[in-house]
Amino acid sequence: MMTAMAQQADRPVIEVENLVTYYGRQKVLDDVSLSIAEGEIMVIMGGSGSGKSTLLRYLLGLHRPDNGVIRLFGRDINKLSGRDWMALRKKMGVAFQGGALFNSMTVGENVRMPLHEHTHLDENTMRIMSRMKLEVVNLAGFEHLMPSQLSGGMLKRAALARALVMDPSLLFFDEPSAGLDPVVAADLDKLILRIRDAMQVSIVVVTHELQSAFDIADRITVLDQGRILMVGSVDEVRNSDIPRVRNLLSRTSEEQIVNADEYLQRLTGSVD
Amino acid sequence: MQASGFRGFSERLGRQFATGVEDFGYGALLLAESLFWIVLGRWWQQPVRLQAMVKEMMEIGVLAIPVLSILAFANGAMMAMQGIYTLRDFGAESQVITGIATSVTREFGVLIAGIVVAGRSGSAIAARIGTMQMAQEIDALRVMGVAPVRYLVAPILVAMLVMMPTLTILSDSMAILGGGVVSMMELHISLGTYLERVLSVLEPGDIWQGMSKSLVFGVLLTLVATGNGFNATGGAEGLGRATTRSVVLCISAIVVADMIFTFFLIL
Repeated sequence: MMTAMAQQADRPVIEVENLVTYYGRQKVLDDVSLSIAEGEIMVIMGGSGSGKSTLLRYLLGLHRPDNGVIRLFGRDINKLSGRDWMALRKKMGVAFQGGALFNSMTVGENVRMPLHEHTHLDENTMRIMSRMKLEVVNLAGFEHLMPSQLSGGMLKRAALARALVMDPSLLFFDEPSAGLDPVVAADLDKLILRIRDAMQVSIVVVTHELQSAFDIADRITVLDQGRILMVGSVDEVRNSDIPRVRNLLSRTSEEQIVNADEYLQRLTGSVD
Repeated sequence: MQASGFRGFSERLGRQFATGVEDFGYGALLLAESLFWIVLGRWWQQPVRLQAMVKEMMEIGVLAIPVLSILAFANGAMMAMQGIYTLRDFGAESQVITGIATSVTREFGVLIAGIVVAGRSGSAIAARIGTMQMAQEIDALRVMGVAPVRYLVAPILVAMLVMMPTLTILSDSMAILGGGVVSMMELHISLGTYLERVLSVLEPGDIWQGMSKSLVFGVLLTLVATGNGFNATGGAEGLGRATTRSVVLCISAIVVADMIFTFFLIL
């Protein structure tokens, strides 16, 4: 399996070069470069505030990069016309952290929504297609429920079904295990692996859960304070001797180096 | 950084002004994009759905009919009572009919319709879009390749442009009827005579004035309500702020626009 993946890896699905982003005057991402191969599961890992959510938003094209280049399927996203973007988006599926299902629609309508908007299939075909995807995520029979009637794990699976309904070649999953109990989270991890094996799809997972990252990743990108600490296979990350990666793995709290002058300045609040 | 006195005041004023200009520009963009989708959506394979428009028309227009009828009727009746009371001193109480006919069709019919829609839909639309914004549903639309403005704003704009004139006609009629009922009792004339007098006084220009205002109100209500929804941040409290701000700004926008309009149409 892995060798097959490696052979396909010559054309990256996502390429990021020297991405630098700011939130106000604060630097959020600092010179981030990374590439994701076809059929690969790339886990972007980092603590809160590491910039992983920001990176995801840029990869999704929700923001346009000012500094640096992002290429999706080989195309610079800053140079895409509105129409090209729409075509490209049909090849991408996104499962958001809280599901982001439309609250005014049933689960089934949510899953059918991309089909409604982008295809001219008849209602019956769409119904069958959406049921197929709900089967994949083990939610068959729940299509008539409203999102508010679902549990956290079910919401994430329904969101996954909606992300898969257009048969994307690139799937994003934001924090699949956040807020779930370990058993449900492990189920979701298995589901992600199954989807990768069943469909020709590259998957980008953003998470802060170590176990989940080790279970599903082909490669892991470790982000810390807006910088990439390392990119490597599960074993490479596990055996890394970079101190901050080790801290993250062993869950030791990071000791910030205290600069006496800076500390005093922060306390007195003097403005530079 | 504590600026005090005049400096603090001028700084706040400047910031407010900048925010105002920003909001105005945002609204203009929202309008341009909505019109783009309404006109060219089909060609881009992103049509503004009839189903969505009908749903908005129901929410914005049809469901507002009961409240609007009562308010317009009451307003017409009050104008008649005040008018008759004031004009009685001059022995000219029958002139009240002219006053009601012109001021209702030019001014108050459309204003009441606007305020009712602002109160009902100005908050509801901002709350709905604000909730979607916070639950990442707007992001979900965008990454699905569905333009949020096309999907959420354009149907509302169409519904407003259809329903505001319709509601204005209803509002005009109910207010005139309200005035008629009071006139019947106080002036001892029949409703038929009253309506005859109203029709003889009214000119097409009066009706046109109200109608054209209703279209402007419709556009303003759409942009203010949806704009406040899209810019809502900060959880439940922020959502509350956004809806309040939406209603207040909707009503202010309508009243101020009405004054400017009247100024240019009459003078």
